[in-house]
Amino acid sequence: MQKNNKNNNTKGSGEWAVEAKGIVKTFGENRAVDGVDLQVPTGSIYGVLGPNGAGKTTVIRMLATLLRPDAGSASIFGHDVVKEPHIVRQLIGVTGQYASVDESLSATENLMIFSRLLGLGKAEAKKKADELLEEFGLTEAAKRPLKHFSGGMRRRLDLAVSLIAQPPLIFLDEPTTGLDPRTRNQMWDTIRRLVKSGSTVLLTTQYLQEADELADRVAVIDHGQVVAEGTVNELKASIGTSSLHLGVQHDRQMQDARLIVERVLNVRSTVSTEGGKITAPMADVDRMTDLLIALRESDIQLAELSVQKPSLDEVFLTITGQGAGSSDEINNKSEKAVEV
Amino acid sequence: MDSTQIKPAHERKLRNKTSFRQSVRNSFIMAIRGLIKIRRTPEQLFDVTLQPIIFTLMFTYIFGGAISGDVQSYLPVIIPGILVQTVITTSIVTGVQLREDMDKGVFDRFKSLPIARIAPLAGALLADSIRYTIATVLTFTMGYVMGLRPEGGLGYVLIAALLVIGCAWAISWIFAFFGVIARTASSVQGISMIVLFPLTFLSNAFVPAETMPDWLQWFVKINPISHLVTAVRDLINAGSIGWDFTLSLVGAAIIVAIFAPLTVRTYMRKA
Ligand SMILES: Nc1ncnc2c1ncn2[C@@H]1O[C@H](COP(=O)(O)OP(=O)(O)O)[C@@H](O)[C@H]1O
Ligand SMILES: [Mg+2]
Repeated sequence: MQKNNKNNNTKGSGEWAVEAKGIVKTFGENRAVDGVDLQVPTGSIYGVLGPNGAGKTTVIRMLATLLRPDAGSASIFGHDVVKEPHIVRQLIGVTGQYASVDESLSATENLMIFSRLLGLGKAEAKKKADELLEEFGLTEAAKRPLKHFSGGMRRRLDLAVSLIAQPPLIFLDEPTTGLDPRTRNQMWDTIRRLVKSGSTVLLTTQYLQEADELADRVAVIDHGQVVAEGTVNELKASIGTSSLHLGVQHDRQMQDARLIVERVLNVRSTVSTEGGKITAPMADVDRMTDLLIALRESDIQLAELSVQKPSLDEVFLTITGQGAGSSDEINNKSEKAVEV
Repeated sequence: MDSTQIKPAHERKLRNKTSFRQSVRNSFIMAIRGLIKIRRTPEQLFDVTLQPIIFTLMFTYIFGGAISGDVQSYLPVIIPGILVQTVITTSIVTGVQLREDMDKGVFDRFKSLPIARIAPLAGALLADSIRYTIATVLTFTMGYVMGLRPEGGLGYVLIAALLVIGCAWAISWIFAFFGVIARTASSVQGISMIVLFPLTFLSNAFVPAETMPDWLQWFVKINPISHLVTAVRDLINAGSIGWDFTLSLVGAAIIVAIFAPLTVRTYMRKA
């Protein structure tokens, strides 16, 4: 989807929507962003994946001219974020991690004020507001104060505001964190539509599955550094496989079951000591059908069965050789997302 | 969104500066936002509605007899005093609310838009002028109800009102500066009160300077608040524009000249 316009050599026609070289941001002793390089091709969805506190928001804030990098340089469509901030602001839309709309105004008033700030006349602004409300399914709630908005409605309004000027590059900081699955899917659809209409999207996420669903390329960041970069498939190949967990109803069938699993999947399995569960790596989920049929044919009754994708923790384990900086909380979150 | 294709970056006309006209426009729209907010939460107007009413009643009846012999002849002295005190105190709110606003997510949005950087500040300050106007109108109305008949006539009352509102606007830049540098809204309130309390009371707002000890008179006479109060008294009671009027305007201009750039610069560096 990259646009290589050969006839146009002017500044800003380059293929990179975002190009960051070694950007650094230090808060006191804490190097929140520690030399990040990014190259986002025009017309793509680019995912920045990382756990809480990895530095995702800080990266976005620097690229969106909200924070000045301490070192390194970054440009948006060839325009330097420090030297030409005003131009950069004409090319971007930013939807922050926390609602960046006006809490004390209604949805319509928010859209109107921001439209007018962007130079639209009163009538145009009204038209734009109505259009966007309609498009994001907020017409019903247009006049209500934002206090009574759900998380999903707020996010939608937030995104709607970012789209007023139809910017060619949109930053979305954790656009689906805290949304229920249905709203999250709607958000994904919206993001895909955006890219179809010619925008470039840079989004951050804590969820592997989200990056998987949306992003053409992904940068995994941890402790302020890019620890892996590539297409989703490249990344997946590097993080290993899902694992099968299987329990049988009658303990005496355990050994049989284990043999069948090993035979069908052609792998080695382990039995966990406490629960009496069989665990085996599962490269190809499609083999599941064969496995189930084989188990039924041998009259083995199952007590439980699950396939777990690698958690974000495992991704980090594989990529960095050490656990993701923080806690189980992240791990749980990512598993939850994967299961949905 | 499906039908309209987004214009690629290199086909857009881009400018790295905001024009003066755009800055003014942006500021006015930010002011409209401020007004909508006031309309949404009218309770934040308590200070500008209650203070003029209560203070006028209280001060007039407490000090009236002692200072001017009777309430009626005290009114021309006290109303300008209360007017200046109330409106100037109101300008603290600008700093407090600015701090609150800046801590909210929406300020990030403002900073990411291609608008004049000064607009969120200027707009907030502009919208607050409506508060000063309310306080001014109420104070004069209270005065009128209690029997004040300004000798200068309505025209000069109007000029006096504009003068006070203009000076309050200028002074609000100081509190806006506190708002930008302070960490919390309540600390803005605290610092501002410490600065303003002595300034308004150690002036000729309620009591003529001549009744004070020499060392205090010295301060009261150089206190800019005193000059503003005197300017208002001259205007409404005599219909005259004097030296104090000029001094007040010059003072206001100096405050804006110092604090507007300082505040804007600090605000942008923090951004
Ligand atoms: N304004 C700030 N002041 C001090 N520390 C900050 C600030 N913003 C972020 N940090 C720190 O920088 C690190 C990265 O934060 P952030 O970019 O928000 O991570 P993420 O968005 O990936 O969760 C964290 O350790 C955070 O505490
Ligand atoms: Mg974040």
